[in-house]
Amino acid sequence: MAKRLLVRGNEAICRGAIEAGCRFYFGYPITPQNDIPEYMSREMPKLNGVFIQAESEIASVNMVMGAAATGARAMTSSSSPGISLKMEAISYMAGMELPCLIVNISRSGPGLGGIDASQGDYFQAVKGGGHGGYHIIVLAPASIQEMYDLAMLAFDLAEIYRTPVMILGDSVVGQMKEPLVPHPRPHRELPAKDWALRGKGDGEQRFIKSLYLGDGELEAHNWKLDAKYREMKARETRWEDFQTSDADLIVTGFGSAARIAKTAVMMAREEGLKVGLLRPVTLFPFPSAAFAERTARCKKVLDVELNTGQMVEDVRLSVARDAEVYFYGRPSGTGSLPTPEEILGQIKKYY
Amino acid sequence: MQQVFKRPTSLKDVQTHFCPGCHHGTIHRLVAEALDEFGLQKETIGIASIGCSVFLYYYFDIDVIETPHGRAPAVATGVKRARPDRFVFTYQGDGDLAAIGTAEIIHAANRGEHISVIFVNNTTYGMTGGQMAPTTLLGQKTSTSPYGRKPQVEGYPIRMAELLSGLDGVAFSARAAVNSPKNLMDAKKQIRKAFRYQVEGKGFSFVEVLAACPTNWGMNPIEANERVGREMCEFFKLGTFKNTAEL
Repeated sequence: MAKRLLVRGNEAICRGAIEAGCRFYFGYPITPQNDIPEYMSREMPKLNGVFIQAESEIASVNMVMGAAATGARAMTSSSSPGISLKMEAISYMAGMELPCLIVNISRSGPGLGGIDASQGDYFQAVKGGGHGGYHIIVLAPASIQEMYDLAMLAFDLAEIYRTPVMILGDSVVGQMKEPLVPHPRPHRELPAKDWALRGKGDGEQRFIKSLYLGDGELEAHNWKLDAKYREMKARETRWEDFQTSDADLIVTGFGSAARIAKTAVMMAREEGLKVGLLRPVTLFPFPSAAFAERTARCKKVLDVELNTGQMVEDVRLSVARDAEVYFYGRPSGTGSLPTPEEILGQIKKYY
Repeated sequence: MQQVFKRPTSLKDVQTHFCPGCHHGTIHRLVAEALDEFGLQKETIGIASIGCSVFLYYYFDIDVIETPHGRAPAVATGVKRARPDRFVFTYQGDGDLAAIGTAEIIHAANRGEHISVIFVNNTTYGMTGGQMAPTTLLGQKTSTSPYGRKPQVEGYPIRMAELLSGLDGVAFSARAAVNSPKNLMDAKKQIRKAFRYQVEGKGFSFVEVLAACPTNWGMNPIEANERVGREMCEFFKLGTFKNTAEL
């Protein structure tokens, strides 16, 4: 049996990234993700990698841009207010088509908010938090093993689609400890990096940019990006399906909220209620088809989030026309994390 | 017939978008000549900034990344750390480097990143239409200091070459101008020295080059060129402020 480790989610992301070949980490301290830069500052020198604690969130993500432009696997991590600061560069990298990993171990807001688990950053992550109209792939882990696995997957998806990828977690999945089974990075066919800057040598000049001023150039570029988003939607949606096949009510949610909801679903099953869980793992692309298929039969969906209702908009756009979508949310703040019993109460209310 | 003067190999044979009398073209040429002299064209990654310098890749036949406003030194840090065997330089204007990118230049310099920075100071935001820059001289009228820059209201012009020379991470810092044949030859020497610092692994190097912006100064090219010598060189003294390896 493979060796099991007891680690925090934040460390699991680091281990996954390192296993994926990431040797460039640039970051800035902010709670609740400080385990990530601290771990990377210890491990990167041992691996001949680079760790820089930058002067700002902005500088750190721009360092990622530079390393990524050479084809290196590079990452940064932060938490909500820090991610807001990185949004300029994320928009640039979406336009420049640069692969990289951005981790948001989100905290509560708005503003300085607090350091508790929150899912208030769904809109920012999924709807294009920066300017200009773009999408990046957003992955939402709900366990420590998934923090590890998705960190690896993130780098591959980033290269396949030439895009920044975000892991959207929070302090529950970031700070919590759980067993982790490390494993080698799964083999995946990856495209050649024929765009990476390297010094032209005897070849053609390469340049990476996001400015297009020529007649029709920027429109063409945006259609190209849009085609990529449609390809992601067709090929990369991922979700967890838990006992939905016979369910009369499907609970949904992502990340830590879905984790609590899953316990509530198991409690409901013990009481004989036919309840299942459908948990999106990719928030962009959103697994719309999975919702459409299941709500062709099951007409009740209860969405649980640690906010006042964000992902629920995508759920409503995805379900069958005659399905009812109910929402239960707790906006973030100390003492606002819902209990499984609380969610079970909501299940019974709508069942 | 012997050819005694030609376009540097690192520059493309294209027309630039620069206004008549603008010094960017001249400074581009000096940078390209230095790249050629060190044989760096094939191993260089240039870092373009925002402003009139954004089109570096149209004029230089080298690999280039175009970066967000002010962030060139941070992007250069990422490039150089990932490819320490490559020659990396940024080319930035005064709004980019001395206003929105102040944090990035100071900390890249203070970390002693092995990069070279060409800083073009023309006391104004050229691309956006002549607004006040951090280097705008006292009394100078711009589109956002229409009554002339007053220290009580807009503060003072900032001397970046001197400021950076105070940082331990900086190996070389100098200021040059291209308004006369003598100054131009000196500017070329300073740029060459800055590049030599990186080529020899001697640390962070910085050259500020004073430049004319006739269009936004409301002058003809000759008047603008004269203003560089008369007003700018008076406040922004030419010279070498740090030269740790005494190159």
